Amino acid sequence: MGQRVSLFVTCIVDQLFPKVGLAMADVLERLGFEIDFPESQTCCGQPAFNTGYRAEARTVARHFLDTFESSPFVVIPSGSCTAMIAHHFADLFHKEPETLARVHSLEKRVFEFSTFLTQVAGVEDVGARFDDIVTFHDGCHALRELGVKDAPRRLLARVRGLELRELSPAEECCGFGGTFAVKFSELSGAMVRTKVEAILRTGARTVVSLDSSCLMQIQGALSRAGSNVRTIHLAEVLASR
Amino acid sequence: MSRDYILHRVRTSLGRSPSQPVPDPPPARIRIPEVSLDARVASLLAQVEALAGTALETSDPRSYIASAIVGKTVIASNSPYLAACGISSLPGVESGITDREQLRDACATADIGITSADYALADTGTLVMFSSPAEARMVSLLPPEHIAVVPRDRILTGLDELFSILPDPAAQSSSMVLITGPSRTADIEQILVRGVHGPGRITVIVAA
Amino acid sequence: MSSEFHQKAHETLANANLQLAIFTATGRLKDKRVEAVGPDQLPDYQELRTQANAVKQHAIDNLDHYLELFERNVAARGGRVVYCKDGTEVSDFILALAHERGAHLVVKSKSMTTEEVDLNERLEHHGLESVETDLGEYILQLAHQRPYHIVAPALHMTRYDVAEVFTRRLHVPNETVIEKQTALARSILREKFLAADIGISGANFLVADSGAVVIVENEGNARLTTSAPRVHIAVAGIEKVIPRAQDLATFLKLLARSATGQLLSVYTSFLSGPRRPGEIDGPDEFYVLLLDNGRTRLLPDKNKRQSLFCIRCGACLNTCPVYRRIGGHTFPWVYSGPIGAILTPQFMGVQQEPDLPFASSLCGACGEVCPVKIDIPKILLELRSDVKKAETRDKQNRLEKLSFRAFAWLMTHPRLYEMAGKLLRSVGVPSIQAGPLRAWTSQRDLPPLPDRSFREMWRRR
Repeated sequence: MGQRVSLFVTCIVDQLFPKVGLAMADVLERLGFEIDFPESQTCCGQPAFNTGYRAEARTVARHFLDTFESSPFVVIPSGSCTAMIAHHFADLFHKEPETLARVHSLEKRVFEFSTFLTQVAGVEDVGARFDDIVTFHDGCHALRELGVKDAPRRLLARVRGLELRELSPAEECCGFGGTFAVKFSELSGAMVRTKVEAILRTGARTVVSLDSSCLMQIQGALSRAGSNVRTIHLAEVLASR
Repeated sequence: MSRDYILHRVRTSLGRSPSQPVPDPPPARIRIPEVSLDARVASLLAQVEALAGTALETSDPRSYIASAIVGKTVIASNSPYLAACGISSLPGVESGITDREQLRDACATADIGITSADYALADTGTLVMFSSPAEARMVSLLPPEHIAVVPRDRILTGLDELFSILPDPAAQSSSMVLITGPSRTADIEQILVRGVHGPGRITVIVAA
Repeated sequence: MSSEFHQKAHETLANANLQLAIFTATGRLKDKRVEAVGPDQLPDYQELRTQANAVKQHAIDNLDHYLELFERNVAARGGRVVYCKDGTEVSDFILALAHERGAHLVVKSKSMTTEEVDLNERLEHHGLESVETDLGEYILQLAHQRPYHIVAPALHMTRYDVAEVFTRRLHVPNETVIEKQTALARSILREKFLAADIGISGANFLVADSGAVVIVENEGNARLTTSAPRVHIAVAGIEKVIPRAQDLATFLKLLARSATGQLLSVYTSFLSGPRRPGEIDGPDEFYVLLLDNGRTRLLPDKNKRQSLFCIRCGACLNTCPVYRRIGGHTFPWVYSGPIGAILTPQFMGVQQEPDLPFASSLCGACGEVCPVKIDIPKILLELRSDVKKAETRDKQNRLEKLSFRAFAWLMTHPRLYEMAGKLLRSVGVPSIQAGPLRAWTSQRDLPPLPDRSFREMWRRR
């Protein structure tokens, strides 16, 4: 296709889970997209925004706007970061009409990864193979703010060798919530342990999700529980051959 | 005065001036489904039964009630409809009380209270009762069992139809009560118990 | 204040029995709600929510108009509206009326608004006997406890707790069978209903075009409270006003389903004024006390104003992963759960309870289930911003403010951000993060640090 897309890998992927970014790039390139990685990118500002520091969040958001000003598409391996940009940048700049106009233009161009594949690229089969029994965790921001539910499942359904088992109860928060995980650590721990119990009940050996923050929380709890169940980002599953 | 103080605070907060006209409210949402009378009756009966009530249709409510009240103390409302059905005059049925205290005492000691109902709602198994000289509040409230006799043609599809034909219930009475099943609570350990304050047993008789 | 919240949360989390009770009870209510509003049961659920939100928005945006309309119509039906700034004015009015009428005994049906102003305590202090008649509230009154949940007030108590309370306060033999406990309460309260001089209720809705009070319940105690005594006083927040009786076709469909999964609550009473000529029973006097108590403070901000749309269904509590673990008593005020988390700081001032808006993972489940579409997560985020602004103003929590300024600076200097990342990976985690790090590792393992960042690997690609 040759269409240019820009990667916004997110600060957590950049610093802690780089393979997720590489996997996403691989999948997009295989589909014929021309990838670029604007080097000035850092963060979407969500940590500051969620903690109540809006001025600081605005500073970071302005930098984001500048970085991706000329990107026709921005693809992001995270529901929470995409929601921050697509929904909350407008909250940050509602008093600055000129910046707000740039935000509205940007909102149309940013996509969470699974949404980009199914809605923009129009594909469900990316030629992946991943022999495993997996379960899928719906991260709250992707699910409720972006309405992402079907897209990752349609993509996983086409992965050769993969069996998907649904979690029950479904749609429960993993308990990360950013600084919530450390400010209310006991509560966060209780929530993720419930999630781990549900995961173990499925008999799946791998947990897949769209957000590295959720995966980090869940993986930390699985390890602490002495479980061999591993966590992996959807991009890494889709990049597997 | 608190009235002026509060209204002033409200207006200031909303940026409104006294007597400022109000834009039209969003139109009330009233959607009345097309349901045949037969289907409405069937639905009403099924819903009442689903709530652990007893429900039946009969052309002879009097006979049914006659056998249901054997050995029981019964109070019936002053509903002309119940009188016309011959129910108020059944042996063992006390009726025609107009004194408040006397009625209360009768209801407090009765085993069964019998009333008519102004309407019923098919989709939820609900009785609609207006307080009036013919229907006092206590008859359907104090006795541990309530029997209501509803004429067939008073069965509406649901709330939307009720508020469509009665957009101003206050014009009719000081009290309109919607009764949906027997009194219940699950306040202790979420365990369901019926007949907490209101009647624990309810029978809806649709008179054909 | 804040540490009290943490302490209570900790105690609740550590109590295995309580955890099970709260989680199971809310889980049941949550599941019943899901079924009751499902596409096969209520196909126009989303439309009804949109309508309910629009009607509430209109009513609140024009609240003065609807309050005056309501007042006129109550008067037209022979009742009287009294505006009360706070709890003192509510109890002053009731006490004065009771004195005039020689009243001694009051029966009360469930009303969060009266809990808000500690009405029972005020009345009892002045010699009135005021008896809660909702079973759960009656038990709590005997036990001197606050409600645990908006709809299921005694959620946290077992039948053994109830038996103990009854034996201790009512001097009856120990009885642990729930049906018998209920029957006992019923017979005691029946006497109270029939002897009471005044009945005090809340109101789920105040219908402006009818001058009517709508009360929704399952037990029948509200019907008795509002029908047996000669005087009925309804106490309601000013925000309860809806424009028309016809709007009930929307709200009633949403309320019970959202609260308990029932199609309709057992009794819905639509009461307008004292009994009419010819009506045999019903009150001779009818009053509606309209309470402000800080609600007007929530009106100026257009976003936060929607906090007043709440119809007290409790759906947000039942779905909140936080409430379901810490329960109602952890919250500092009578309103708990997500709605409590947004109301409390707005009524009390954000600095009173600065932790409350942060005790949430922002999962958004509450906003998704709210029948009147209050955007609770959005308001939580705004309150967080309000807390930090207040702290900055008062020079509190300066280290945190400084860290986020540093964060913003770092994130706008990409090369320095990259260097900081390299430092993190080579040196290990800096000690200034000891606090958050310890908090993390207390519950779960840390992720392993990669050798290289994405951008380093990208350059080598």
